[in-house]
Amino acid sequence: MTIRRLLVANRGEIARRVFRTCRTLGIETVAVFSDADADLPFVREADVAVRLPGNTPAETYLRGDLVVRAARDAGADAVHPGYGFLSESADFARQVRDAGLTWVGPRPESIDAMGSKVEAKKLMEKAGVPVLGEVDPASATEADLPLLVKASAGGGGRGMRVVRALADVASQVELAAHEAASAFGDPTVFCEPYVEHGRHVEVQVVGDGHGHVLVLGERDCSIQRRHQKVVEETPAPGLSRETQAALHDAARRAAEAIDYVGAGTVEFLLSGDRFWFLEMNTRLQVEHPVTELVTGTDLVALQVAVAEGRTLEAPADAPRGHAVEVRLYAEDPAAGWQPQSGRLTRFDVPGVSARFANPASYGLRLDSGVETGSEVGTHYDAMLAKVVAWAPTREEALRRLAGALSRARIHGLRTNRDLLVEVLRHDAVVSGDVSTDFFERHELRARGGAHRGRGAVDPAEVSAHAAALALAERHAAGRRVQRRVPAAWRNVASQPQVTRLVEGYPDGSRTADDDVLDVEWYAGRDGYRFAHQDAPALGATSVRAVRVAPDRVTLQVDGVDTAFEVSVRGDVVDVDSVHGHVALTRLPRFVDPADQVATGSLLAPMPGSVVRVAVEQGQPVATGQPVLVLEAMKMQHTVAAPYDGTVTDLPVSVGDQVAAGAVLAVVHPREAPSEGDQA
Amino acid sequence: MTAPPDVSPRRAAMLDKLAALDEEHARAVAGGGPKYVDRHHARGKLLPRERIELLVDEGSAFLELSPLAGWGSEYTVGASVVTGIGVIEGVECMVIANDATVRGGASNPWTVKKLFRAAQIARENRLPTVNLVESGGADLPSQKEIFIPGGELFRGLTKASAAKTPTVALVFGNSTAGGAYVPGMSDYVVMVKEQAKVFLGGPPLVRMATGEESDDESLGGAEMHARTSGLADYLAQDEHDALRIGRRIVARLNWRKARPADHDDFAEPDEDVEGLLDLIPEDLKEPFDPREVIARVCDGAGPGNRVAFDEFKPLYGTSLVTGWARVHGHPVGILANAQGVLFSEEAQKAAQFIQLANQVDVPLLFLHNTTGYMVGAEYEQGGIIKHGAMMINAVSNSTVPHISIMMGASYGAGNYGMCGRAYDPRFLFTWPSAKSAVMGPQQLAGVLSIVARAASEAKGEVYDEAADAGLRAYVEEQVEAESLPFFLSGRLYDDGVIDPRDTRTVLGIALSVIDNCPIEGTDRFGVFRM
Repeated sequence: MTIRRLLVANRGEIARRVFRTCRTLGIETVAVFSDADADLPFVREADVAVRLPGNTPAETYLRGDLVVRAARDAGADAVHPGYGFLSESADFARQVRDAGLTWVGPRPESIDAMGSKVEAKKLMEKAGVPVLGEVDPASATEADLPLLVKASAGGGGRGMRVVRALADVASQVELAAHEAASAFGDPTVFCEPYVEHGRHVEVQVVGDGHGHVLVLGERDCSIQRRHQKVVEETPAPGLSRETQAALHDAARRAAEAIDYVGAGTVEFLLSGDRFWFLEMNTRLQVEHPVTELVTGTDLVALQVAVAEGRTLEAPADAPRGHAVEVRLYAEDPAAGWQPQSGRLTRFDVPGVSARFANPASYGLRLDSGVETGSEVGTHYDAMLAKVVAWAPTREEALRRLAGALSRARIHGLRTNRDLLVEVLRHDAVVSGDVSTDFFERHELRARGGAHRGRGAVDPAEVSAHAAALALAERHAAGRRVQRRVPAAWRNVASQPQVTRLVEGYPDGSRTADDDVLDVEWYAGRDGYRFAHQDAPALGATSVRAVRVAPDRVTLQVDGVDTAFEVSVRGDVVDVDSVHGHVALTRLPRFVDPADQVATGSLLAPMPGSVVRVAVEQGQPVATGQPVLVLEAMKMQHTVAAPYDGTVTDLPVSVGDQVAAGAVLAVVHPREAPSEGDQA
Repeated sequence: MTAPPDVSPRRAAMLDKLAALDEEHARAVAGGGPKYVDRHHARGKLLPRERIELLVDEGSAFLELSPLAGWGSEYTVGASVVTGIGVIEGVECMVIANDATVRGGASNPWTVKKLFRAAQIARENRLPTVNLVESGGADLPSQKEIFIPGGELFRGLTKASAAKTPTVALVFGNSTAGGAYVPGMSDYVVMVKEQAKVFLGGPPLVRMATGEESDDESLGGAEMHARTSGLADYLAQDEHDALRIGRRIVARLNWRKARPADHDDFAEPDEDVEGLLDLIPEDLKEPFDPREVIARVCDGAGPGNRVAFDEFKPLYGTSLVTGWARVHGHPVGILANAQGVLFSEEAQKAAQFIQLANQVDVPLLFLHNTTGYMVGAEYEQGGIIKHGAMMINAVSNSTVPHISIMMGASYGAGNYGMCGRAYDPRFLFTWPSAKSAVMGPQQLAGVLSIVARAASEAKGEVYDEAADAGLRAYVEEQVEAESLPFFLSGRLYDDGVIDPRDTRTVLGIALSVIDNCPIEGTDRFGVFRM
């Protein structure tokens, strides 16, 4: 059977990725999208799109019934699940098949077989694949430590804990079981020896159901944060040919053991040249592009071919070069990797040679779910894009990727970009010394570690200096009168102009005065001059302005000219330079006192007296629920909750006289639920 | 400022004068001195220039006027008030800010003169006025010189209002007794909570007058005026808030310049502005070519201005250069002294050129370096008075805006013919190299000496040569001192002493300000004596 119209039961970059191959193959595309995703590129790029009402994954991308109905409504004849969401749901695979649609994925039985880690391990052990012996937590001894507690149904690190003290075993097992139950609906956990400084190496396989299993090399995904992969590469650095061959062979046996059909990944824990089976992922992996680049394949095309019942042949060409992928996340590595949300006001990666596909030769590939202007919410995984470099050698690929990332213009959100650049340039990484505990072993600046690397110049301070002048030039350019008089010219100099900035994007929180970057400068006939030319705040001995334009400033710091690209949107200033990207927020010159009330404050619309208070402090309220009643001019005004939330403050009581604008109550909005979707 | 060895003596001398100017400006900025400044800051209050910096648009220029007012007098340089032209929400405004660190911001005679001058500039150029009020009223020891003429300040406010140039008062502190009429006469009044104090009589005076016990807040607090008397239109939470409100008020004035065309398309001068410092001789007896100034101050050749300077009548009356140019795109007619002396030809050329500018509504720029009209039998017989009178007639009755720049000498009736202070140029700025008096110090001393010698000879006495030398030296020194820029600026005979390199900017601002009212050249002059 030939697929004519394919629905991708997914979102973001993977939907775009699958569509890309579909277009090449001539297959029409169907997107499904939640309300929050309606404006994302993947919806536009599909030939037809079907809305899944709501925002949470449970309402949308996890609703197999709605997806199947969407496929029917849109006239699709096949469904590709992407990764995450329903990709490893055997039930969904069956629903799709039962609906008479082609399932672009492994047989449901294979999904089931690999879905339980405990069962999968047993299966693999039988097939001769090395596995770590299970440890019974009840009878564990000192010699068994450290232990790793894992959820049988788990993924993405959830429900996973390392135990180093015997006394903690029972409580950690209990906690893990609790976590597993709430995350996966299955409290089954098991323990195995924890391999210190282990590496995560996985092997890409594709079975065609006609007796062929292609083994498309391995990937090293050791650099992880909280069990979430950050950097992935192929081939794995430093493996002996024997170990590599043994890994490939083990993966082949694993796939053959369950007569695997479709693309899958066999994950191993590697230490030295020993390795053990971890699990098998019965889907396309996030990090599949590195394999595609080096092997010259299109894994989605292979998935489609298998789903259409075709026979696979091994790639004609031998693997070529080295590929490294990073996952660019909207997250703050310095604040516990906290996901970030907001509008991506600029997203440009320079030197991209291909998107969602292999470049003709060595180069840079970008698989991105977002673009400039995209809104990044908290409903789904915070991954913005995958940036992949392919080069003849590992060193070149690392350098190229770090360079491209550092030159990328990513504005509007805090991302892990600086961290990625730091990792790619890290001595340990460059030398191939990678392990899953990388972030525990190395202190990184992007995670709040000490400054290291080039010079002592403070990136925030020097960027603030550039921003101040760019803003001044902007203001000058926006003048309605005296437009060509030098900016901020004074015939009697009494004081410097002061530009007040704080690092970061505005989030409504008050800034301590210590964090304010005050840039003091003079301007006039000879251009701009900083009040403190000896630049103590910068960690330099001299700073002066060389060239100033509203979007580009060149500063000379200690005799070296450095260009700064400055983008301004309202009070937000993004500065990009060799010192990295620095986001700054301009403090307003004036604050209207009327604006200085806590978010969620309900204000008195007019002077009056409080005649009724309908709620208590701490009480949850729903949108429109009366909070209190105010009487003024013989009229009663009901003040209602503007949204669902909790009354966190109630400074008035019945009989109080209040002035117009007085705070009557503060309602804290209820947190929107947030769920990840990704393994 | 130490000059490198390859610096010309002219430049070195000018740099010295500019350093001295910086020092005098610093004295004005220092206001009442560190003790009072610190006390003011400790009260959480801003200095007048700090308030102005917050009031004006970011990136905009501020042209401070008469910063040296009171120089050489018993009062603090600057005369306890800051005046200047700033841009607020895109509107060029006259900004007046009392300096409460100088004797509580009280007005002395120089303060009043400075305020009059600011009011005149606002009136002539049609500028809204924003008063940043914090003044204890009249400096009582000098009240005799202030009280009666000072009434004009309040009359001026309401006349300005009537002339549809709005007035705004932001009251930061004391504004009592007569001072209460500054907010009282203003169109918009903002008072800062717990700071503004506006009443006719304070508690002691009230008790003396009526026996009533009262306090500052009930007599004149901001809250009271905002809620009860209605004198305050806006109650500001603090100084920043007052300035914010002030900006919003100006934003809503619906201000439209009479000549809104802002000329954006013009070239910078053909010659490097730095060259101005090498141009002016230390000894003003040595002439310099004003075309060198024009080439460094006016727009260069470029779009809309094919030739930087079109000289008029270049072969006639060559001691005065006349011609057409542009500054920041604004057309100007220029009269510039080239050889110091004005002869009959120069005077007639000037009279004709001033009429031409009036015919086509083009402002005039006077670049002074004149020792006056030529004397001597030949010239008197040639009608130099008549011709000088024609020039003075023309400049007096001309109705296009005039701007004067004192570059070098401005002596005798030459000062009048070239539109000196008494001829009410819209703006008059002085270079540190300038001198102005009835005649040069040496000449004046010499004249006195000759007259004295003639008197003693007439009486048959032996002339005391030693005493004469002493007198000459004394007079020369005094006249020299009284003809120098700081002294003249201190007496409000100009609007400020400027760095020659800033001349172009100052003119650009002045011409933009002038565009707030229509330019209508006259065709009616006094009778030209032919």
